[in-house]
Amino acid sequence: MPKKMKRNYLLNLIGVLVLFAILCGIFDTGLLGKKNGYFLGVSIICMMTIIIVCSLNLLTGFMGEFSIGHAGFMSIGAYASAIVTMKMLELGIALPTALYFIIAILAGGIASAIMGFLVGIPALRLRGDYLAIVTVAFAEIVRVAFTNFQITGGGKTLSGIPKISDFHYVFFTMVISVTLIYMFVRSRFGRAVISIREDYIAAAASGINVTYYKVMTFTLSAFFAGVAGAIYAHYMTAMIPTYFNFMKSSEFLTMVILGGTGSLTGSIIGATVLAALPEALRNFQIYRMLMYSVVLVLVMIFKPSGIFGTWEFSLGRLIDRLLKKDKKGGAANE
Amino acid sequence: MSNETPVLEAKGLGIQFGGLKAVNDFNIRIDNGELIGLIGPNGAGKTTVFNLLTGVYQPTEGTYFLNGEKMNGKKSHQVVAAGIARTFQNIRLFKKMTVLENVKIAFNKSMKYNLVSAFFRTPSYWKEEAEIDKKARELLSLFKLEQFADQQAANLPYGQQRKLEIARALATDMKLLLLDEPAAGMNPTETAELLESINLIREKFKISILLIEHDMSLVMNICERIVVLNYGEILATGTPEEISQNPKVISAYLGDD
Repeated sequence: MPKKMKRNYLLNLIGVLVLFAILCGIFDTGLLGKKNGYFLGVSIICMMTIIIVCSLNLLTGFMGEFSIGHAGFMSIGAYASAIVTMKMLELGIALPTALYFIIAILAGGIASAIMGFLVGIPALRLRGDYLAIVTVAFAEIVRVAFTNFQITGGGKTLSGIPKISDFHYVFFTMVISVTLIYMFVRSRFGRAVISIREDYIAAAASGINVTYYKVMTFTLSAFFAGVAGAIYAHYMTAMIPTYFNFMKSSEFLTMVILGGTGSLTGSIIGATVLAALPEALRNFQIYRMLMYSVVLVLVMIFKPSGIFGTWEFSLGRLIDRLLKKDKKGGAANE
Repeated sequence: MSNETPVLEAKGLGIQFGGLKAVNDFNIRIDNGELIGLIGPNGAGKTTVFNLLTGVYQPTEGTYFLNGEKMNGKKSHQVVAAGIARTFQNIRLFKKMTVLENVKIAFNKSMKYNLVSAFFRTPSYWKEEAEIDKKARELLSLFKLEQFADQQAANLPYGQQRKLEIARALATDMKLLLLDEPAAGMNPTETAELLESINLIREKFKISILLIEHDMSLVMNICERIVVLNYGEILATGTPEEISQNPKVISAYLGDD
């Protein structure tokens, strides 16, 4: 491992831990008094949204294909994990909460990944608008199916899900998810996926198995959407299938595009801002979708690649620049 | 003609789009290290032949072999794996990726580390990435592109983009290189530079090349044999001298009296 990378990884680890300590300092000590629980909830929703938006960016930003059905994958993750944990509770399996949480997110992720794989094989022969329509149809089918299946509550609210989406666990799940997505993008796999976005004919002519990498990325993206769904289910403890509707999917897509297609930094900022904003502007809730579309149109006109484009934040680079050690910077390093 | 297995052998290759026979009864034999020109008037089916040979289209008739291995039914990426690489008439680079990354893509098929190594950055990841980085930079320096390594491919001048595309094709470690009008849109200096590059890669990599080109001076200069295509069928085959004096070829290009 090159020395510079080692240093950057260490810096990032320290950065993450510092952020964790700050958030712990705020929430665990009850610094905010009465409003503590409320802000804790908002931050958990933000972190969940970051995971799903990063996973969607993998498709939209790096692979260059639109999915307007990501809420469908999220709902599969949510319901699958809820069913697993409720069954475990029913059977009286006593495990530490952390283990319960890990099982829940893995169950959600794997169930969603399997669906992503099965849908991806036929659907990824399509491109562009056609694929987008298939993903919409998929999400709608999932929603309708879940409102009719007995096991998912049959249209009623599925409640009694254990509340195990603890703030600390969710934080580390988010960090690990984003890191894994980043590692994927900056590897030979990510390079292949980006080359498919740039020119799939040239990619095939350079020996890239286009379908293979597309299905792999789609599955991976579905996995993280399922993880986000599992977190949602075990935070809300009750949910209805209609929550995961077309609006939800397009909301995620808005966050990706606003933040920057092809920038995980952009996804993180976009998700945080747009997930927290409705809470801040609770009085104007009915205008939320209107505002999204106006913002989206403005971004498309003035900066089509999104606010961050493909730029990535790097703690190592920032520190270098602050110390004036490396005046060049700019180049995309890890 | 020698008795060893030819690098490429096509027997009665053809494709039909509905009622149109775009390429019909195409036969060719390319031996090791040969440079063969494929010429013909516009719409003669030259690029279609390339698309047939690289798995973009599947032939509706005939077969073709690479080093004796039957290639029918293989997809583009499998054809590359078997050893045929190509460039495109209208340059197809990964425009928003860096010049270095463009070449690295073509090395992908020789890379072995798996998804888990990528996720957790195991030693095999670092080792292979460092190796590929070195190989890609070597290849770029061969084409005098190393100073552009970290630039976006789209920002390269036209002539350099052509060279990068050839470098990318070479990175796939192929036996047969198909060049689709590499000199199109180039000025005489750039064409001369291209000629130099082609000679260089022939010397260095000992590969066979099939070249589509409209620049007759280039074709006549470097090709050992020339195949002339007209209306999807082979009109003539022979050395540059034979071709330039063939009345059928002259009438195909200039029309009859």
